[in-house]
Amino acid sequence: MAENQKILVCAGTGCASSGALPIIDILKEEIKRQGLEETVTIVGTGCQGFCEKGPTIVIEPQHVLYTRVQGEDIAEIVASDVMKGERVERLLLLDTETQKPVTKMSDIRFFAKQHRIVLKNCGVIDPQRIQDYTARDGYKALEKVLKEMKPNEVIEEVKKSGLRGRGGAGFPTGLKWSFCQQTPSDKKYIICNADEGDPGAFMDRSVLEGDPHSVIEGMLIGAFAMGVDEGYVYCRAEYPLAIKHLSIAIKQAEEAGFLGDNILNSGFNFRLKVFAGAGAFVCGEETALMASIEGKRGMPRVRPPFPAVSGLWGKPTNINNVETWSNIPHIIRHGAEWYAQFGTEKSKGTKIFALTGKVNNTGLVEVPMGTTLREIIFDIGGGIQNGKAFKAVQIGGPSGGCLPENMLDLSVDYETLTNAGAMVGSGGLVIMDETTCMVDIARFFVNFSQKESCGKCTPCREGNKRMYDILDKITKGEGKIEDLDTLENLALTIKETSLCGLGQNAPNPVLATLKYFRHEFEAHILEHKCPAHVCSALLSYAIDADKCKKCGLCAKNCPANCIKGDKNTPYVINQDECIKCGTCLDKCKFGAVTRS
Amino acid sequence: MEWFTITIDGREVSVPKGTTVLEACRMNNIPIPTLCHDPELTPSGACRLCVVQIEGMRNLPPSCVTQVAQGMKIETQNPKVRAARKTILELLVANHPLDCMTCEKMGNCSLAEYAYEYGVKGDVFAGEKRDLPVDDANPFIIRDPNKCILCGKCIKACTEIQGKSRLDFSFRGFNTQVGPAYNIPLNESDCDFCGSCVSVCPVGALTEKQMAGKGRPWEVTKVQTTCPFCGVGCNFDLNVKDGKVIGVTSNPQAPVNGKALCVKGRFGMDMIYSSRRITTPLIRKDGVLVPAEWDEALDLVASKFREIKDAYGANALASLSSAHCTNEENYLMQKFMRAVIGTNNVDHCART
Repeated sequence: MAENQKILVCAGTGCASSGALPIIDILKEEIKRQGLEETVTIVGTGCQGFCEKGPTIVIEPQHVLYTRVQGEDIAEIVASDVMKGERVERLLLLDTETQKPVTKMSDIRFFAKQHRIVLKNCGVIDPQRIQDYTARDGYKALEKVLKEMKPNEVIEEVKKSGLRGRGGAGFPTGLKWSFCQQTPSDKKYIICNADEGDPGAFMDRSVLEGDPHSVIEGMLIGAFAMGVDEGYVYCRAEYPLAIKHLSIAIKQAEEAGFLGDNILNSGFNFRLKVFAGAGAFVCGEETALMASIEGKRGMPRVRPPFPAVSGLWGKPTNINNVETWSNIPHIIRHGAEWYAQFGTEKSKGTKIFALTGKVNNTGLVEVPMGTTLREIIFDIGGGIQNGKAFKAVQIGGPSGGCLPENMLDLSVDYETLTNAGAMVGSGGLVIMDETTCMVDIARFFVNFSQKESCGKCTPCREGNKRMYDILDKITKGEGKIEDLDTLENLALTIKETSLCGLGQNAPNPVLATLKYFRHEFEAHILEHKCPAHVCSALLSYAIDADKCKKCGLCAKNCPANCIKGDKNTPYVINQDECIKCGTCLDKCKFGAVTRS
Repeated sequence: MEWFTITIDGREVSVPKGTTVLEACRMNNIPIPTLCHDPELTPSGACRLCVVQIEGMRNLPPSCVTQVAQGMKIETQNPKVRAARKTILELLVANHPLDCMTCEKMGNCSLAEYAYEYGVKGDVFAGEKRDLPVDDANPFIIRDPNKCILCGKCIKACTEIQGKSRLDFSFRGFNTQVGPAYNIPLNESDCDFCGSCVSVCPVGALTEKQMAGKGRPWEVTKVQTTCPFCGVGCNFDLNVKDGKVIGVTSNPQAPVNGKALCVKGRFGMDMIYSSRRITTPLIRKDGVLVPAEWDEALDLVASKFREIKDAYGANALASLSSAHCTNEENYLMQKFMRAVIGTNNVDHCART
């Protein structure tokens, strides 16, 4: 038995919701029962990244990952692996190609191709213990900055690193800092934007849950560089665990002297507060976010003036998102050149993506900028679920676009994706397979945007609603071919005349699907068919009289009671009453029911 | 002052630094449609109708919040700009009850004016429209949220001119609406009914209840006058139809108050035709008030003053004057009490 073993149990929101929290208790009980308390430490960590296979457990130092662990598995894990060093094979992950269990975590394809900088501590340390962070060089970058560097040198270092805003727009971080630094004022603020609202995105939540001190340290360094003594983390209230871990981390950092007055005897003061948002997607937009902190309705305002000149309460303010701040300590500790070696010429470093949808390995993925979509989806993500064919990847959330198969070799960087009609955005990657209808997907995202529009500017408020109406009509088979021109013109007007990023980017899913999947729109309109068999109004079910064995199972299960027949007559569906639920198709054992 | 030379629709003009593109255009008689802009309010850039094309700038920036820069090249009427404006108007009209024939705002509606100019009929995006209850439980303002185009001017007028902040947006997306907190009727809110919101509304969402059905804008003669209710001296327009005052509207040129008025000035003019209005002096004789000539009344008052002063001294008399009077009249009142009667017992209804 190895000495000083550690059992890392993922206690992030994903694994917690698949049952990780009771496992920690059971594990503690078992370790106590076996008398191993002295040699085995149990750590509840933040997200380990492999959400699809949760709850996950890692045994260190053997570096073994167990997936989908249940309470009843614990005794065996402790008896075999912890005590005897024998792997519990049935809980190991199978390699996607060889189908053999993988014993070392670093050999798992999902992890092997990743390069974890921001996620270095995520899933490894106990986020509720500052000692775990400092033991892995935490707050060393702050110490270096306060003892060895001048504010300008810090900004130059960040500029040289090539770091760009990870919230989506990709503005050079160092340059942004310099604007705020150069605005003279008696008071300035910095803000961490943790209002991660894109459907399917959970990068920022995971960083705050799993490594909150890295964000605090990044903000401290930024505050020192820009001459700021007060900051806010604006975190959506739907992230209770992130808020809890962050609040604990702030308290511990204050007690350790990293936050507060005269930090590390340098004369530098900085205070940090957590502000919980009230659920509006638009509050991720920086001017709406600041209005929200000020107690006003979260509505964007016209820029200029930019926050660096007039931000929170009219004072110069710098806003970066969670991932951007979390990159800073690494850049300072290892140097700009080190950081700039990762990524492409214009997009440096790594980017975290939340990989979701119809992909085998959903989870949190950190890769160098410039990695191709194919590598992320097929090498790391393990390809499409159930052997289905890939159809599209939605990148950049509701403001992004859907890219088809022939664009999978595109490099993931700011310019390439924007030119393709999508965007890096905050980093949500939703994978769609052949059973996804692209018209329905466009409708889904537009519906999200139209509901979340703040209502201030006409094109976003009224235009997104009308785009939704047109798309809804098409999915019901009531569209006309000229609707596509109306839709495209409206989308372009919304894009060109809306006030903030929400409106300017809301038409992207429509424009991208019209560009790459126009044939699906045309099939809905001209042929009254949904090629992916999703839009129920366009489906029809029929029973092949030759194949029908007259068993009556379809009629018995039909919720609309619209299938008639008997022992002597093949069953027939009354099309006028059919609600297109597909139950008959599922129930028929003889393949007599067809869908078209 | 620094001046910039800019080009608008191929015409070179000079405007002072700090001017917005909208102001620069209006200074040079180049028309730009606006719905949410008002020179008395801070700009919000919300309606997006004033978009223009500016060389080197991405998208179509709104002219009301874009400041001019040296050498800027602006196009205000090219097909792209006009098409975008038309789409924006189509969107607004698609969510507007087209009951213009019975709308109080007919003839004075900015939305109708621009829809006419851009040939907007409201059939491009036909679909769901808002269906919210009309708030007319108060005596002064009819608030029809279905006609509201959410320009936000009423909110700004209430906040920036009156300092009251009684109105704001609520809900999101297509369900966005304007109203008092918790969407209660105006008369249950803390609204003072100054009507500043009505004066800035570009459509028929906020109208004067007293004038409803009384006359169309083209039938009304506007007579500028000074408010008789207090000494501030606000100016406004009496709306006169067939020789009768049917209501009051703000006059933006009013030197003292601009568009701002109080509830009395804007909604108190029904006193003109009140049957209880006192038009002659009245003297109580045998317990009944009887009309009298001014000379008789003034002689009576003077003699009574003297009697009291002789019997009990000057300090037995006091004056209480009215906010209805002008400053000059109030000055004369205290002068009369001090110099003629000989007392400092002077007071005024607006003193507290």
